[in-house]
Amino acid sequence: MHIPDGFLDARMLVAAAGLAAVGVGLALREVRRNLPPRRVPLIGLAAAFVFAAQMLNFPVAAGTSGHLIGAALAAVLLGPAAAVVAMTAVLLLQSLMFADGGITALGANVFNLGVIAPLVAYGVYRAVRAIAGDGLQPTLLATGFAAWCSTMAAAFACAGQLAASGVVEWGTVLAAMGGVHMVIGLGEAVITMLIVAVVMRARPELVAASASAGPPARRRTLAYGAALAIAMMVLVAPFASSLPDGLEHVAERFGFAGLAAASQPAPLPDYAVVPLADGSPWLATVIAGAFGTLVAFAVAWCVARALAAPGRTPTGH
Amino acid sequence: MLRDRLLRPYQHGSSAVHRLPAAAKLVAALGCVLLVVLLPRTAWWTYAAVAAGLVAIAVATRADLRGMLVRLLLLEPFVLGIALLALLRPGGVPLFLSMLTKSTLCLATMILLTATTRFSDLLAVLWRIRVPALLVTTLALMHRYLFVLAEEMERMQRARRSRTFVAGRTSAWRDSAQVAGQLFVRTSERAERVYLAMVARGWKA
Repeated sequence: MHIPDGFLDARMLVAAAGLAAVGVGLALREVRRNLPPRRVPLIGLAAAFVFAAQMLNFPVAAGTSGHLIGAALAAVLLGPAAAVVAMTAVLLLQSLMFADGGITALGANVFNLGVIAPLVAYGVYRAVRAIAGDGLQPTLLATGFAAWCSTMAAAFACAGQLAASGVVEWGTVLAAMGGVHMVIGLGEAVITMLIVAVVMRARPELVAASASAGPPARRRTLAYGAALAIAMMVLVAPFASSLPDGLEHVAERFGFAGLAAASQPAPLPDYAVVPLADGSPWLATVIAGAFGTLVAFAVAWCVARALAAPGRTPTGH
Repeated sequence: MLRDRLLRPYQHGSSAVHRLPAAAKLVAALGCVLLVVLLPRTAWWTYAAVAAGLVAIAVATRADLRGMLVRLLLLEPFVLGIALLALLRPGGVPLFLSMLTKSTLCLATMILLTATTRFSDLLAVLWRIRVPALLVTTLALMHRYLFVLAEEMERMQRARRSRTFVAGRTSAWRDSAQVAGQLFVRTSERAERVYLAMVARGWKA
C-alpha cells in the first residue's frame, strides 16, 4: 500500500504531509508526556520487530504469499501513541534506506499507514473490548476486527489520495483498493490474531499493559471520539465531491494552484460525482461495505473462538 | 543470498559520489524527485535528460550496477500495480506511460541515494535539521536492531524447520505466527536490557 513517488499531485502531497506532521507531532508529545522512560527503547525495538515480522511469509495459494502490515499489531501491543511513532519509523526507514515508498509521498504514506491505521485499529480494539470484555477470546476478537478495519481505513485513505490527484477515477480505485483490501484485511486480521494469541499465552502482561493502563475516562472518551471522527472522515470524505474544491481553495490561498495546474494539465472531470450521480452504485458500495464488515467480524469471531478454545497447547500441535 | 543483498542497500565505495556529504546528496535526491514529480506529464525530453544524468552518476559511483537494477525491478511491480489502474480511465494510456516514467525515475534516484549513502549518515542529517529527538532515537534503535532481530527470527525459523515434518498451509501460518509472537516477547525483554544499558550510560528520555 506504499504510494511511490510520481502519483500524487502537489496539493495532495502538501495536504497529506501536513496532516501526517500534525498526527505524528501529537503522538510524539503524548509519548514524551505519558510513557514511562522505561518503555521508550521498546518503541525503537518494536519498530525493528514490525519490520522483521513483515518479512515472514504467509502462503496463500498458488505460490503467492501475504505478509503483515503490522499497524494493528503495533497498536495492540504498544498503545496508540507509541504505535504511531513506531510505524512512522518503519515507513521512514523503508523510504530512506530501501526506496520502498516515495520520498515525496512519505507524508501520505505516514498518514495512511502510520497515523490512520494504528489509530483506527486502537479505537476499534478499545471499542470492541469495552463491549466484549476482558479475557483471551474478547481480546483476540477485538484484535482481529481492529486489524481488518485499520487495513480498510488505510486503503480508503490511499484510494482517496490517488483519486483526488486525478491519477485514477474514484470508482475504479475504490473498487480495486476496497475489494482487494477486504481480502488482504482478512489475512491481516488472522495473522495479527495468531501473533497476539502467542504473546497472550506467553506473556499476557505485554498485551494487557497497553490495554489496562489506559488514559483517564474523560480523555478516553475524547480519544474514542477522535478515532471515530477520523474513521468517518476517511470513509466518507472521498464521497463528498466538495473535497477537491476545498483543497483547491486551500491550494489557491497558499499559492500552490499554479504548481498543481502545471503538474496536471488534464483537469479531472466529475470524478467523485460519478458514484453519486446515479443512486444505485453508491448504494451498492454501501451494501458491499456493510457485507464485508460483517464477514470480517464473523471471521474474527470464529478465529478468536478457535484460538481461545481450552485445551489447546500454545504451539497448536 | 538475494535477501541478504536486498537488506544491505549501501555499497561501500570511495567515488566522488560516495564522498559527498550526506546532506548534499539528500537535498539533491529530493530536488531531483520533486522536479520529476512536478514536471508536466508530457515533458519527455526532460525525463530523458534526467534519466541520462542518473545513469551517468550511477556509472560514476563505480558501484554494483546490477544490484541497483535488480532492486529497481523488484520495486517496479508496486509502481505498475497503481499505474495500471490509470489505464482503466478514458485516454489513460499517455497518463499511464508518464506516471510509469515519473515513478521509475524517482525510484532510480532514491536507489542511487541509498546505494551511496549510509543510513546512519542520513540519520545524522535528520538530527541536524531538528527532527524531534524521540523520532530520531526510535529510528536509530530500529536501524541498530533491525539485523539483530531479523537474524534472531531466522534462527528461530531454522530451529523449527529442523524439528517439524508437517508443512501444510495452516501449519505454515501457525508456525510463522509462533515465530513472530516469540520474537516480540524476546524483543520486549531485549528492550528492557537496552533501557538499562542506556541509563547506565547517562541517557535521559
